[in-house]
Amino acid sequence: MSILIDRDTRLLVQGITGRDGSFHTRQMLEYGTAVVGGVTPGKGGQSFAGPDDRSVPIFDTVAEAVAATAANTSVIYVPPAFAADAMMEAADAGIALIVAITEGVPVLDMTRVYPFVMEKGVRLLGPNCPGLISPGKAKVGIMPGSIVQPGPVGVVSRSGTLTYEFVYLLTQAGIGQTTCVGIGGDPINGTSFIDCLEAFEQDPETKAVVIMGEIGGTDEQQAAEYVRSRMSKPVVGFIAGQTAPPGRRMGHAGAIISGSAGTAAEKIDAFEENGIAVARKPSDVVGLIQRVL
Amino acid sequence: MNIHEYQARDILRAHGVPVPPGEVAATAEEAERIAARLGGTVVIKAQVHAGGRGKAGGVKLATGRAEAREKAAAILALTIKGLPVRQVLVAPAEDIASEAYVGIIVDRASRRPVFMVSREGGVDIEEVAATNPAAIVRLAVDPRYGLLSFQAYQLATALYDDIQQQRACARILQQLYAAFMASGASLAEINPLVTTPDGTVKALDAKFNIDDNELDRRPDIEALRDVGAEPEGETIAREAGLTFIKLDGDIGNVVNGAGLAMATMDLIKYYGGEPANFLDIGGSSNPEKVVNALRIITSDENVKVICFNIFGGITRCDDVANGIVAATRQIDIKVPLVIRLTGTNEQLALQILERAGFNATTSMDEVVQRAVELAQQA
Repeated sequence: MSILIDRDTRLLVQGITGRDGSFHTRQMLEYGTAVVGGVTPGKGGQSFAGPDDRSVPIFDTVAEAVAATAANTSVIYVPPAFAADAMMEAADAGIALIVAITEGVPVLDMTRVYPFVMEKGVRLLGPNCPGLISPGKAKVGIMPGSIVQPGPVGVVSRSGTLTYEFVYLLTQAGIGQTTCVGIGGDPINGTSFIDCLEAFEQDPETKAVVIMGEIGGTDEQQAAEYVRSRMSKPVVGFIAGQTAPPGRRMGHAGAIISGSAGTAAEKIDAFEENGIAVARKPSDVVGLIQRVL
Repeated sequence: MNIHEYQARDILRAHGVPVPPGEVAATAEEAERIAARLGGTVVIKAQVHAGGRGKAGGVKLATGRAEAREKAAAILALTIKGLPVRQVLVAPAEDIASEAYVGIIVDRASRRPVFMVSREGGVDIEEVAATNPAAIVRLAVDPRYGLLSFQAYQLATALYDDIQQQRACARILQQLYAAFMASGASLAEINPLVTTPDGTVKALDAKFNIDDNELDRRPDIEALRDVGAEPEGETIAREAGLTFIKLDGDIGNVVNGAGLAMATMDLIKYYGGEPANFLDIGGSSNPEKVVNALRIITSDENVKVICFNIFGGITRCDDVANGIVAATRQIDIKVPLVIRLTGTNEQLALQILERAGFNATTSMDEVVQRAVELAQQA
């Protein structure tokens, strides 16, 4: 099994004709994801040429695309100015899982998007996230398919390339993954660490979880509390940003130490106090996971 | 993006908030002229993107032209937390009966704009939050409805007992909310919100932080950017589409992705070194970005070695390798480069580098250890 996406995923790509959208649509098709449609206003009726002569129909609106294809998942590559609207359009059209890759969405836009999608009962992943991959089943987003392999470890992270680093280390050591999820680096995102931990706890194939946090906010502290009180599976953690100066945004909009809150040290303490073994450097994750599997 | 106090006061004034007069000066002579025009005692305040200005000697009272000129000259000669003071705000000194704090932030936990108000104004709100959290009243706003009148009044009653002051404060809170939304702020605060002996409520000092993601659609706010108030390398990096933050160490690093960049800095420290910067070249595959990154890092004289850590996903390793080769032709790089590349087109990248006389590894541990060794030997 896996969480959030699997062989039943029927994917729409919002922004399928853009530079990023078209590149990653090809990658997702090559990985075996069922990309059933694309949405680009004004290009409805055309089709997208994928690898191996596969063609994906394009629609003007998400509602039309859902009616024609029975899509249940949507991935968003549209520019930041239009991303909030794209998320709400997908939620309104009955999509169950929305994955917003777009980086640079204004946070005030997200304060309106979040209650909108919650009221529709929709799961939103991101924005500013790399998406997710269930090895051997489906990939939605931009994570490289070449570094994962099926296995027993669930991976959840606020980062992109740092996730790849960890997954690569695990795969090289022969440790595969059920699902790798990037929840994104923005201050307001749709899916939290806890949402993913809960799903991994319920997934029978996941035997252990790796969680990668970073400075800023208190998501990691809440996740640690959840692990202690609600999880039976072992969890291994890592926190990035021990050397980050306070008050500076470290690339991700949400990666900022505000005053004295949100430091790496307090998050590492929260992990350790709640039974999460913390890797001091990325390569330590292999030994820690081997110990608990 | 940070803006200056005088700019924040202008935004508030444009939304109807009562703010005392005041003008900004770049020289002691200008400050003197403003003080003469205002008359009486004035307060002269350093305009820098740093807290703790008062403690650093950046806020002074002055009576009369000569004293205003002298105090302004002293403040304009200061450097506060590494930032040179280039402008001062000159405003009339107010008689203060009470000081309160009002502010809005985008709260991550509730995913909403949240008001914070406190009768303990004029001090750092974080300090109040740490020492006397009960003194802060909070209210989460549903952005679909905005700050409702009764909510504004409710907050105002937490600050004032007099009905006139409560009404004035409620109006200011609505105006502050409008200013917050209109400027795309992630934080907007008035500290202190004062009452004068005649009972008037007004904003003496203001601070706004703007969400960088708002700037594309708000050219009027982007125009407030004071490039001179940012460290030089960071301006060049922003224009080149890179995220760069200068630090105090001697190991420069070039990484793709913010999380991996932080982890690389941490690993440098773990092996006994000190990072000279945070630099994220982002996800795109453009060799020019690598050239710009090297230009910025090599302009820091503290840097003794430069460490590349690239995990190719969308970023193609061969593009980065080509960027490294191109940069070494364009820039005279006097310090050693150590390179780690893995992922998309890794083999091609290693060939390109080898032909140009560079060694590269595929292990992050290895490249960082090597960088720390070289920095210690230099």
